[in-house]
Order: sequence, then structure tokens, then C-alpha cells
Amino acid sequence: MTEAELPLWATIPAAVLLVTGGLLTLIGSIGLLRLKDFYSRMHPPTMGMTLGSGCVLIASMIISTAILHKPVIHELLITLFVVITSPVTAMLLMRAAAYRDRARSQR
Amino acid sequence: MRPVGRRLPPLLVLGLVVMWLLLNQSLAPGQIVLGILLAVGLSWAAATLRPLQPRVRNAGTAIKLILVVLRDIVRSNFAVARIVLGLVRDREVRAGFLEIPLDMRDPHGLAWLSTIITSTPGTVWVDLSPDSTRLTLHVLDLMDEEAWIRHIKTHYEQPLMRIFE
Repeated sequence: MTEAELPLWATIPAAVLLVTGGLLTLIGSIGLLRLKDFYSRMHPPTMGMTLGSGCVLIASMIISTAILHKPVIHELLITLFVVITSPVTAMLLMRAAAYRDRARSQR
Repeated sequence: MRPVGRRLPPLLVLGLVVMWLLLNQSLAPGQIVLGILLAVGLSWAAATLRPLQPRVRNAGTAIKLILVVLRDIVRSNFAVARIVLGLVRDREVRAGFLEIPLDMRDPHGLAWLSTIITSTPGTVWVDLSPDSTRLTLHVLDLMDEEAWIRHIKTHYEQPLMRIFE
């Protein structure tokens, strides 16, 4: 696949979305390293899970649609799976940490 | 086990058919028939696992809620990015727990509330009191507690109560 096959209307928004999504995910990971305590560190990685992956998935839809010359939207399923799985992990981690801190303070 | 009493949840069946067609990327009649067969069969098999059926009463409110949540997710992404990059200099960013009194009792509404809150960067669901009257959150930027409580109650809880209760 060469660059010439991709029309400009697809390349420019896709490039902008990929860079934005990548930057947001990067900032989220930096936050995971930089913030002080466990509870605060839970917040920034959510950026990569939401808007970060969202931007990449929209870019993927645009590029696939342009290459295959038909609407490609099955990336929406990835969004659905992320929405129903990732909050569960986050909540489990939060509750485990809260339980640990409560047990510690009672000792 | 009373297999006679099983009711097929229409939204689950519809959702599974749409998912099957998206996965196969096809609208061919054969795929539609296969999708419907699979969706009905799987929903029937899963019906005993989920005795509670959600009742969606207000589709318009649901669509509005989805748009509000999407807007809030985009906004809070940039808000959290500013905090991580240290761009908030005029005041100190204080993280902490926040307790919110809840009026909603419907388990599906509560499940959606937890998903919305946890999916929004900057807020994570921590705990729900056993009688589900008090919700504990962790908020990254706890500048105005009253504003957070008001936002969650008016923008998320009340629409969810209109949808499910």
C-alpha cells in the first residue's frame, strides 16, 4: 500500500486523530508515573482508555473506509468492549486499595 | 429452574444481532438469519443467569445522556491532562474522596452510573454503601465538592432514574 492510494480527505483527519490520541495516552502514562499516591494514579490512564483509544479507532474507521471504498465501522465493537470491561478493572483495583487502607488503619 | 417462565430480553437479542452483523461486516440475508438464531438461542440460554430485566423507559433521555457523557469525557480528558502536565498553577490541586447521597435504587441504573463515573478521567467509583444510599468516589481535582455532587446528581443520576425507574 503506497501513500498515493490514500486520498487527502482521509489522511489529514486520521493523522491529526492519531497524533492527538497518542499524545493523550502518553500524558496519561506520564501521569501514572508522576502523581503521588495510588488513588490519584488511577485517574490519568483512563485518558488512554477513553479519548486516546477513541481517536485511534475513529482514525482506523476513516482509513479503512477510504481504502476499501465502503463504510467500515466494526471498530465500534472495540469501543463497546472497552466500555464494558475497563471500568470493572478500575473499580476492582480501587476497592482493593480502599479495603487495604481500611484494614491497615484498624490495626 | 423453570424454563417455561423465561422471557427473551428484546434489547439483548437486538444488540446481539447487530453485534453479529458488525463482526461479519455483512448484511447478507444468510448472516441476518444466522445472527437472529444465535441471538435468540444465546439470550434464551442466558436468561436464567440474569433474572432481572432492565426496562428502558425513555430512549430520548438515553441518547441525550450518551451525548452528555461523551462531552464530559472529552472535557475531563483535557482537564486531567492539564493537571498531569502541571499547567494548573494558580491553585493547589487537591485529590480526595467524595461521598454522595443517592436517590437511585435500580441496579441497572447504578451499574451504568458506576461505568459513567469510572470512564470519565478524574473520577473513579470506590464504594457503594450496602443499602446503596451512599456512594463514595475518588476525585482527582476536588476543588468544589458541592459542584461535583450537583453535576453527578443532575447530569447522570436523574436521567438514569428517568430511564430505568
